[in-house]
Amino acid sequence: MSILIDKNTKIICQGITGSAGSFHTEKCLEYGSQFVGGVVPGKAGTTTLGLPVFQTVHEAKEKTGATATMIFVPPPFAADAILEAIDAQISLIVTITEGIPVMDMLRVKNALTHPKCVSRMVGPNCPGVITPGQCKIGIMPGHIHLPGKVGVISRSGTLTYEAVAQLTALGIGQSTCIGIGGDPILGMNFIDVLELFAEDKDTEAIIMIGEIGGNMETDAAYWIQKNLKKPVVSFIAGQTAPKGKRMGHAGAIITGKGGSAADKYEIMEKCGITTVKSPSDMGITLQKIWKH
Amino acid sequence: MNIHEYQAKELLGLLGLPVGQGICCNTPLEVEWATRTLLGQKNGPKKVVLKSQIQAGGRGKAGGIKLVSTPEEALKVSQELFGKILVTPQTGPQGKKVHKIYVGAAEDIAAEYYLSLLVNREKSCLSIVACKEGGVDIEEVADHHPEKIHTFSVHLFNKPNPPNFLTLEIARCFDLPATAVPALKKILEGMVKSFTEYDASLVEINPLALTPKGELAVVDAKMTFDESALFRQKKIAAYRDYHEEDTRELQASQYNLSYISLDGNIGCMVNGAGLAMATMDIIQVYGGIPANFLDVGGGNSQENVTRAFELILSDAQVKGIFVNIFGGIMRCDLIAQGIIDASRKLKISVPLVVRLEGTYVEKGKELLKESGLPIDFATSMADGAQKIVAAIKKG
Repeated sequence: MSILIDKNTKIICQGITGSAGSFHTEKCLEYGSQFVGGVVPGKAGTTTLGLPVFQTVHEAKEKTGATATMIFVPPPFAADAILEAIDAQISLIVTITEGIPVMDMLRVKNALTHPKCVSRMVGPNCPGVITPGQCKIGIMPGHIHLPGKVGVISRSGTLTYEAVAQLTALGIGQSTCIGIGGDPILGMNFIDVLELFAEDKDTEAIIMIGEIGGNMETDAAYWIQKNLKKPVVSFIAGQTAPKGKRMGHAGAIITGKGGSAADKYEIMEKCGITTVKSPSDMGITLQKIWKH
Repeated sequence: MNIHEYQAKELLGLLGLPVGQGICCNTPLEVEWATRTLLGQKNGPKKVVLKSQIQAGGRGKAGGIKLVSTPEEALKVSQELFGKILVTPQTGPQGKKVHKIYVGAAEDIAAEYYLSLLVNREKSCLSIVACKEGGVDIEEVADHHPEKIHTFSVHLFNKPNPPNFLTLEIARCFDLPATAVPALKKILEGMVKSFTEYDASLVEINPLALTPKGELAVVDAKMTFDESALFRQKKIAAYRDYHEEDTRELQASQYNLSYISLDGNIGCMVNGAGLAMATMDIIQVYGGIPANFLDVGGGNSQENVTRAFELILSDAQVKGIFVNIFGGIMRCDLIAQGIIDASRKLKISVPLVVRLEGTYVEKGKELLKESGLPIDFATSMADGAQKIVAAIKKG
């Protein structure tokens, strides 16, 4: 088992004819993912990579039975593409696009949190989701992954690859790996993903990789302490980042103190999470604490 | 992106906020004229305030804000202010130079409040922050008296926005006279509009003043905008003041690079913000100090990788370079070719450690090996960090 996606997941790509969209759809196909079509307004009726291109997501879903979409639409039109996928009741939306305006994302988030919304979204500005050996929706290099029982969740794309490569080098496989994205307004957050990992029988341990800023990691830490019986190893990037470089003046008021790596580490350790200070120790530390 | 106080007041004035009279000046003579104009009006102010326009808080304490009562005095004071370097807790030790002065009518003040609107990432909505004590360092209040700070959620689809009850709640936390409530409502509506129409990410009015006549006045305003939305905000993009930006950081942004100068001597080129931060962290684990944060991003061009490398080499502090790439969107062969192109243009005389993983990694390594550059290849992130720290120690 795994979470979110497996070998039966049927996927479309919105923005399949763009250079990044076609390049990465091809890589996903090579990995074995079941892509069944693409959506590009104005290019309906053509084929790309041997897949049919449709005018709208509704049409693509009707004709292919797709339940997931990978979005590579450029930032000015990305929010619209996501709202279209939500309207078509696509179960899993993976938005790779980087640089979507925050106001657009607030509209998207509003639609995602509507009680009647049946879609889950990963991203934006994320590497995507992979269930090793079965299905890859995103831009991560497939060959570094190994099927297994460790769930990986991260705000950073490249750091996810780092953790995965360390695990694979130790012969430890992964159940599902998810990069939730580096933007301030996201679809799924740490807790949303942890809930799925908690219920997944094939996920026995978890690596969670956070960053400075916001309080998503500390919220997750409290949730883990209360609800999760599986071992968790965590790293927070930005221990040595200079203060106040990106954060607005009043932004720090709502989050209060607690946005720094040191604050996050302190709370995580109190909640029983095993933390590592060096990013190269993630794999080896998991190996030590998890008796498989 | 930040803008100046005078620009924020111009924008907020157009949205119906009471920003008062004021003129932005580039020379002492303009300041003298502006002062004469403001003071000479019928029922005009008795004094004007000269405010240095730099994008940092704490200007008053640093001597950048002066009250004057005659045009002659304004001329003399502004001659001292123009070109002055103001050092405040927000500017860093190098300070910021005064290029413009805003001449504003001085308001009589009965009470001062703090009011801001910002994006609340935890709740995925906008939040109004209000505090009865204005004109103070709000972060200090938040640290010592968090109970004095009130926050209210605002959703994008409210009508009116914000709803009337929120205006009343905020008036209550200011202890505002009932006669001033309609003015507060107009201010709040204008603030929300600046988000929905101009993609603001922060509007901060500190202080918002109550005059003895019972009117509200925006005494100081700060605005920040979402960089990702500048493609559709031409008016806001034109507000950018290049004096305010770090030269290298500015150059970097033109090439789709995210660059931040730091104090150390190990130049870093990394893809992905998370890995870039983690690279800084691991260099310090092994006793080195990074010279910069540099994220070349995903999907950047080979040419911009070359620019990134040039940027690192333009920093005289750099005594060694660590390239740490885990390519997903970013192809390793492009990175390799970018490094080779840069080394043809500029001689690399410092140790270079390269760690490459991910898409097209073999091709990338091959290109680098064929180039004959003196590269020390690392097998992992930790290996690379150790190697560059050791190479610099050897000197």
